[in-house]
Amino acid sequence: MAETPELSSLAGAVGRHDTLKGAAPFIRTRNLDFFYGDNHALKSVNLDFPEKRVTALIGPSGCGKSTLLRVINRMYSLYPGQRATGEVLMQGENLIDAKVDPTDLRARIGMVFQKPTPFPMTIYENIAFGVRLHERLGKSAMDERVEWSLKKAAIWDEAKDRLNTSALGLSGGQQQRLCIARTIAVKPEVLLFDEPTSALDPISTAKVEELIAELRADFTIVIVTHSMQQAARCSDQTAFMYIGEVVEVGATADIFTRPREQRTREYVTGRFG
Amino acid sequence: MSGRTSARKATNLVVAALATGAALLSLAVLASILWTLIARGAPALRLSTLTTSMAPTGEHGGLANAIVGSLIQVGIGMLIATPIGVLAGTYLSEYAKGSKLGDVTRFVSDILLSAPSILIGLFVYVLLVATTKTYSGFAGAVALAVIAIPIIIRTTEDMLSLVPVALREAAAALGAPKWKVVTQIAWRAAGSGMLTGILLALARAAGETAPLLFTSLGNLNWSTSLGKPMASLPVAIYQFASSPYEDLVQLAWAGALLITLGVLAINIIAQLTVGRRS
Repeated sequence: MAETPELSSLAGAVGRHDTLKGAAPFIRTRNLDFFYGDNHALKSVNLDFPEKRVTALIGPSGCGKSTLLRVINRMYSLYPGQRATGEVLMQGENLIDAKVDPTDLRARIGMVFQKPTPFPMTIYENIAFGVRLHERLGKSAMDERVEWSLKKAAIWDEAKDRLNTSALGLSGGQQQRLCIARTIAVKPEVLLFDEPTSALDPISTAKVEELIAELRADFTIVIVTHSMQQAARCSDQTAFMYIGEVVEVGATADIFTRPREQRTREYVTGRFG
Repeated sequence: MSGRTSARKATNLVVAALATGAALLSLAVLASILWTLIARGAPALRLSTLTTSMAPTGEHGGLANAIVGSLIQVGIGMLIATPIGVLAGTYLSEYAKGSKLGDVTRFVSDILLSAPSILIGLFVYVLLVATTKTYSGFAGAVALAVIAIPIIIRTTEDMLSLVPVALREAAAALGAPKWKVVTQIAWRAAGSGMLTGILLALARAAGETAPLLFTSLGNLNWSTSLGKPMASLPVAIYQFASSPYEDLVQLAWAGALLITLGVLAINIIAQLTVGRRS
């Protein structure tokens, strides 16, 4: 199949090649169905998320990519009338089984949202809040954890002199990196990003993307994005979803340079969606 | 075309003039009340008004027992009303989405909000005065609590419903159980608004007369016993204002000024807490 001009421009954006080899799946969904009441939002989704790699979920609005994230960390179980069937397996355990406690699960699978959501408290307390939910740390251990997570989220230099001021005083991009720091402070194994840069300016977006590239060394990452460029730059694996189904999944370089499916090709080149 | 334009402009002018006129009229009424209160009440307000208890005409009595009685009844009333109101408002906002019990609670609370306060006085009379066979400061406090509770419920629910869902989800996504999301995130985010509601309820309770007439009754003597009739500023004003003696009428004006200043101060504090928030 010949490369169209649009595809070749995306090919230039692809950040990583041949990075999926040797990566074992960390989370796998099997025959996963999801319902908002009577609305069948996910249809028999079978996806593997490789360990310590970045998987991008792309697709038009309403295709179910955010829904899939919210199933993985059981966010949906906050709301009556939403239910999932099938399996989301992590180390052999079915996460959507009622026996799995969602609060413990969310300590292992963190989530960063579309809009920055700092809590109305100090920067320090924003981090400590999540840590205290799961661990009892002394003052110095907590100080260390706060510093560690802020460094990891590349916001330590901007925040270190104002740890005891309100987090609401940070800029939007700083708030989003604080939210990432807050999430990794709990030491999860998986990070879910739901369009993490859609409310940010281009410079803040670039910082968050750099950060995701660094976090990839320690965490299994899933990112939902509407930006083809972002998916191409940030991810190792890309899954294209359409009306609740996974149309195509593969190495990011393949999805953006030689997609097998016509719908994938049309979507990534911007002809529909 | 130009005829229609000028007609539209004229209508515009008339509506703006009517709205401005109405605003000025209500402001003028308020200013007049305040001016009358100051003109009549300030001369009667002395230090002795605050330090001596009520006394018969000609004996230079003050309002000390009524002031303390009001503080005690409003204070205890708010101690009862605040936890009930805040928790019930929290229930409506956080736990009762779409539930029958929630709808009924909200409906009843809204009726209570607009119920004539004299009915609330009679209700507490039947509940606490008729059964104990004595008017009491405690019954007065309970009546004021019943006035305050629906106000606190409504403002708590409204303020909590303004907290973005995203903030709650962010806390839940960190592994926070629901009660921690509510008490540590939602309450904190809505805190100043909820406090404003509590202060407004306090201001309303402090100025109520009717619920106290059948409950704490009023008392000319110094008494801080919750089991006995207790004086209060609004009831003292009610009693003195209808008295034939000029010195007692003067004292009523002083009491009215005191209450107005107190309520004004609470309202200003409430406004400031909201201002600090936004």
